Amino acid sequence: MDSLRYKAAIVGASETTELGSIPDKTAFQLHVDAAVNAIKDCEIDKNEIDGIATTMNPAALAHYLGIVPRWIDNTQVGGTSFLVHVRHAVAAIASGLCETVLVAMAESGRNRVGEQTGRIGDVSSMSGGRRDSSFPGQFESIYGVAGPTTQFGMGVLRYMQETGLTHEQLASVPVAQRKWANKVPRAMYGDIISVQDVFDSRMICYPFHLLECCLVTDGGGALIITSSDRAKSFPTKPVYILGTGESVESPIVSQMYDMTSSAAFKTSSKKAFEESGVTHNDIDHLMIYDAFAHLPIYGLEDLGFVKRGEAGSYIEEGNTSPGGKLPMNTNGGGLSYTHSGMYGMYAIQESVRQVRGEAAHQVDGVKTSFCQGVGGMFMAAGSLVFTNEEPHT
Amino acid sequence: MSASYNKPIPVPTPESDVFWEKAKKHELWIQRCLSCDNPFFYPRMNCPNCLSDKLEWFKTAGLGTLYSYMINHRPVPGFEEDAPYAIAIIQLEEGPRMMTNIVGIENTPENLVLDMKLKVVFEDIDDDIAIPKWEPA
Repeated sequence: MDSLRYKAAIVGASETTELGSIPDKTAFQLHVDAAVNAIKDCEIDKNEIDGIATTMNPAALAHYLGIVPRWIDNTQVGGTSFLVHVRHAVAAIASGLCETVLVAMAESGRNRVGEQTGRIGDVSSMSGGRRDSSFPGQFESIYGVAGPTTQFGMGVLRYMQETGLTHEQLASVPVAQRKWANKVPRAMYGDIISVQDVFDSRMICYPFHLLECCLVTDGGGALIITSSDRAKSFPTKPVYILGTGESVESPIVSQMYDMTSSAAFKTSSKKAFEESGVTHNDIDHLMIYDAFAHLPIYGLEDLGFVKRGEAGSYIEEGNTSPGGKLPMNTNGGGLSYTHSGMYGMYAIQESVRQVRGEAAHQVDGVKTSFCQGVGGMFMAAGSLVFTNEEPHT
Repeated sequence: MSASYNKPIPVPTPESDVFWEKAKKHELWIQRCLSCDNPFFYPRMNCPNCLSDKLEWFKTAGLGTLYSYMINHRPVPGFEEDAPYAIAIIQLEEGPRMMTNIVGIENTPENLVLDMKLKVVFEDIDDDIAIPKWEPA
């Protein structure tokens, strides 16, 4: 097996029935809801599923669905885990470990139904005076960090100093993505906004205003993946997996090798491009996990779509907006569409919709989509390249 | 420790006990590899450059520059009176970077200029722990 190129395809894909605020379902129930929706999407007999990948206990999910799998993956590296699951699933299918994999993800990130801890991002739920021997406990928590809002963007001022990125350009990221969300009915926020609106929104953690931070929602999604040969027997249009990548960097943001660039983004995306056999010019559609406004900026550069220091002006000038040459985060992203905590699954879902040609704000003529995930705070990365073009051989 | 100290408290481990022992004496010590001469932080039992276990602790000059920062407007419990407060990254003169808070100056974007020179100071929180913080040099 020399490459995972065209070895497998996504045949079933669906999000949870509801998205946003779902006060009456636990995260477990949402996993099942998403899984059942994905199974219905491709009309598969659930007993044909022989592999399960999820960040929850795979036994709990398998047993709930009445499946005894012969392959599991429980990789948990934050919000990019599901891109990594897809990569591992393709490898497992290609090597004969299993034939058909369910990847399922869901969270009650907003309402925390059935959860023991408070809403993600709610600083009041973080206990004071605690004693902690972990590395983040010893060397970051003591300085008053409050989760991703106070850590994820730690390198941005340095990035600005080194590249000349302006606050206006940073604010132009949510502005651009809202133009996509404006035609996406399931997006939590769809009203067009301006750079001034971003500046006028509450300061969360300088230099990040509220509108430069992701939403906190409930929801989930699931995928059914099988071999490219089998994919043709399903009613849905196969979304072939051309290339995949994964990586990890530092478990604590203050110890990244370079705080103005993600080593994991670079490693993961390079592998995915190499495997896919396509170039940047072949990419019609791009998803870059946007927990905060700087992520698409880092991503565009670390993935090699633009040169160092060019991403801010590239976005500000509209290149990633509707009508631009590189449509990006076309569901509105974590900043406008939804973000339950681990957004990667939603990025995959939008890539699949665009490649199938059934997105709410569809880009004309999408053949090939690149999906970039991040896990933790630049802790991990996953990359996937999708296409609807049939294999030539 | 003042009864009102409600911020998270570090618990030293076998790898980091020297760091915290020295901090208690208001000295900032980090490790250096005796095989490849690489200085590094956070504390480890092997050099992240060459994996050698021949390491030594050494006292830094306690000088550095402001590498980057954020200013948090939503304080975690214990930090209410500090808000808005900067969470910053120091570039040590010796090379490694570490997170900190900036004291002795109002934490505003105007005051906090990248690459400004800083020196380490220590906040005693109880008989065992002093936390390194940084102020304008």
